[in-house]
Amino acid sequence: MEALDGNSAIAEAIKQIEPDVVVSYPQSPSILILEAIALFIANGEMDSEFLNVESDYSAMSTCIGVASSGGRVFTATASQGLALMHEALFIASSLRLPIVIGVTNRTLAAPINFNADHSDSMAQRDSGWIQIFSENSQEAYDNIIQAFKIAENKDVRTPVMVGIDSVVTSNLCENIHIQKNEEILEFENKSNPTYSVLDIENPKTVGSLCASDYFFEHKMNQNNGIENSRKVIKNVGKEFGDRFNRYYGYFETYELEDAEYAVILMSSSAGTAKKAVDEMRKRGEKVGLLKLRVFRPFPYKELRESLSNLKSIAVLDRVLTPGTYGGPLFIETMAALYNLDKRPLVYPYIYGLGGRDITLKHIENIFDDMKMAFDNGKGIPEIKYINLRE
Amino acid sequence: MLKKWQDLEIGGINSDSGNSIKKGLNNLEICKKPEFNPELCRNCFLCWVFCPDNAIIIENSMVTGINYDFCKGCGICITECPVTEAQKPLYIKEDKSAL
Amino acid sequence: MVVLEELTKKEDLFVSGHGLCPGCGIPIILKLVLRATTHPIVIVNATGCLQISSTRFPLTSWKLNWIHSSSGNAASTISGIETMYKVLKKKGKLQTDTEIKFLAIVGDGGTNDIGFSSLSGAIERGHDFVYLCYDNQSYANSGGQCSSASPIGTSTSTTPTGKILPGKLQYRKDITRIIAAHKLPYVAQAAPWNWEDLYTKAGKAFNIEGPAYLNVLNPCPKTWGIPSDKSIELTRIAADTCIWPLYEIDGDNNIKLNYKPENKLPVTEWLKKQDRFEHLLNIENKWIVDEIQNEVDKNWNRLIYNEKKGINN
Repeated sequence: MEALDGNSAIAEAIKQIEPDVVVSYPQSPSILILEAIALFIANGEMDSEFLNVESDYSAMSTCIGVASSGGRVFTATASQGLALMHEALFIASSLRLPIVIGVTNRTLAAPINFNADHSDSMAQRDSGWIQIFSENSQEAYDNIIQAFKIAENKDVRTPVMVGIDSVVTSNLCENIHIQKNEEILEFENKSNPTYSVLDIENPKTVGSLCASDYFFEHKMNQNNGIENSRKVIKNVGKEFGDRFNRYYGYFETYELEDAEYAVILMSSSAGTAKKAVDEMRKRGEKVGLLKLRVFRPFPYKELRESLSNLKSIAVLDRVLTPGTYGGPLFIETMAALYNLDKRPLVYPYIYGLGGRDITLKHIENIFDDMKMAFDNGKGIPEIKYINLRE
Repeated sequence: MLKKWQDLEIGGINSDSGNSIKKGLNNLEICKKPEFNPELCRNCFLCWVFCPDNAIIIENSMVTGINYDFCKGCGICITECPVTEAQKPLYIKEDKSAL
Repeated sequence: MVVLEELTKKEDLFVSGHGLCPGCGIPIILKLVLRATTHPIVIVNATGCLQISSTRFPLTSWKLNWIHSSSGNAASTISGIETMYKVLKKKGKLQTDTEIKFLAIVGDGGTNDIGFSSLSGAIERGHDFVYLCYDNQSYANSGGQCSSASPIGTSTSTTPTGKILPGKLQYRKDITRIIAAHKLPYVAQAAPWNWEDLYTKAGKAFNIEGPAYLNVLNPCPKTWGIPSDKSIELTRIAADTCIWPLYEIDGDNNIKLNYKPENKLPVTEWLKKQDRFEHLLNIENKWIVDEIQNEVDKNWNRLIYNEKKGINN
């Protein structure tokens, strides 16, 4: 066991994976990951090239260069940095490049704020990247290690962003298990790239212009990679568990089997939610939790199986998408359930923007509200905002 | 036959390098295309270097003609040919049928 | 001394069947640049005329490894490729013994404007690559909008000449000079009319270790408003009026002027042949022509002075 904050846990995983190149541009608090890696390299503890580039946009573009040359590459970013990468993220995914990035999930300006919410990753939800969210340092470490294996799978070849909540996870220490270097190397087992622009014997044109006669086919070819990742994410999570005794899937369920009411959310707030479920279970309430780990590809089929028998569920989005009926997690969960004959009522909640606290009491209140609404005849759920002065 | 999405390479890359010379734009009727008279040519190759479409044919170090598949009729070869106007090996033929 | 006949024998790595306009200068520049090294070349090409006209799927005019990522990131994309090349070389994992050269090809918009920080950063990091800017002085691919390489007085679609405005009101960036301020191993300005000079400069750029920058005037019949057959001639006039001096600066800051016109022509010789400057010949715009002449003279005198004194900028 080692006491590591989320940033250091990611840096530790990268040290063991030892990518060919690590690209750096400072954003808070993800820069702490890159600073730690720079120090590992400076001390001779890992052998990767470290590039300080002049913007987040260039950081992602440099990653595209490395990955299109068959290299393994990592960078970390947050908030405005991820937003600035936006254009290049789409290019990375459509060129099917297995880039892995760490994102310390932070809100987007204005106003500027350095604390957690999921605005940055959610703004990139249609960028074609696989998106994995981590609850704590241990998951941050484990998810980064699995991310390379998922991204580099020959049927997937799709980039992955691993999120951890800014400050609460990125900067707070917890005791975590670190595997031995040789265990990680054996697990990763890097495969050959699908193509490399350095393969001069086999010249290629990468990133063609496509008119309406081919563009659609290209996008479907891209979509195929992320669709294939569904199976691979599951298999990698199982293999990881078989080797290291920590199992992963698309989501984690907590006291959900016989539950009547459940909360769905992602990342660090799951700790609080589990505690709230424990407290309510002690009082005999049939409540449970579903913590989503993989937001892209969205596991709609598996969610249907896990959620269809509930009376009602509250979906807690840690992002405000202005002008929509609930956040992205709510909308996607609703879409997954709507065509079922028997489905729970789904309540949209927005919480935790810019690092705003969510407490045990808030989550208990959500369960109570859901139960009361159900008992008093359903009604149409309206969006509720947790811990907002109004 | 256009390919199905399943038949594209990963990332939509194109491994058939340089295939535009076989299947690309050709026979474009944009402008009047020049004629070539080899007897007047001094083989300075300026027409070759300044041709944007690689349409000047060179065989055994001699200019032997124009590849009309690729010539777009820009006329640079005529303008840059250093031979005096009356003796130019590259010229536009008057189209008498249009008169 | 380069013999053209020898160049004709080298393989075309950028082949016919592309869709560039009649009279476009880009393929002429490429013909010379791609022949200037015997090493294999990997190309990053930013969004622009060349990229869209040469890679319309399932066709491609490229016979070498070529990648496009975006309009503003060619230099950072090539940074990643060149770094990976060095990593593989260091680890002994390269599949070839031949040294690979890296070439970024970008228009003036991608160089002066949206890709400027990417280029500046890549040069500062010292990656071993050649950056070729084909400078047609506007965003020609999207129809000829004003770029920061468009000269003062140019009529473009976003700086149109109207009843009260005489086209673009600002001077263009002197991008060659700005890049030279990075103190990199090699910077040169060239134009296709002097094919031998362009070819020689490209050869030097490939041979030198570290970043090299080539700024090449690229005639654009469509946006300049010139007959397609006059495109090479116009670049010659640009040199004879000293609008586009041919020069190079090496890593020791030595500046060399590669062409000094015997009879320096007035700038009106350059302006009057192009529709984009037509309005400048009206009497009410004479002040702009005077300003252009004044700037051209000052710049030319500076270059001559710097060459004599061995000063870079």
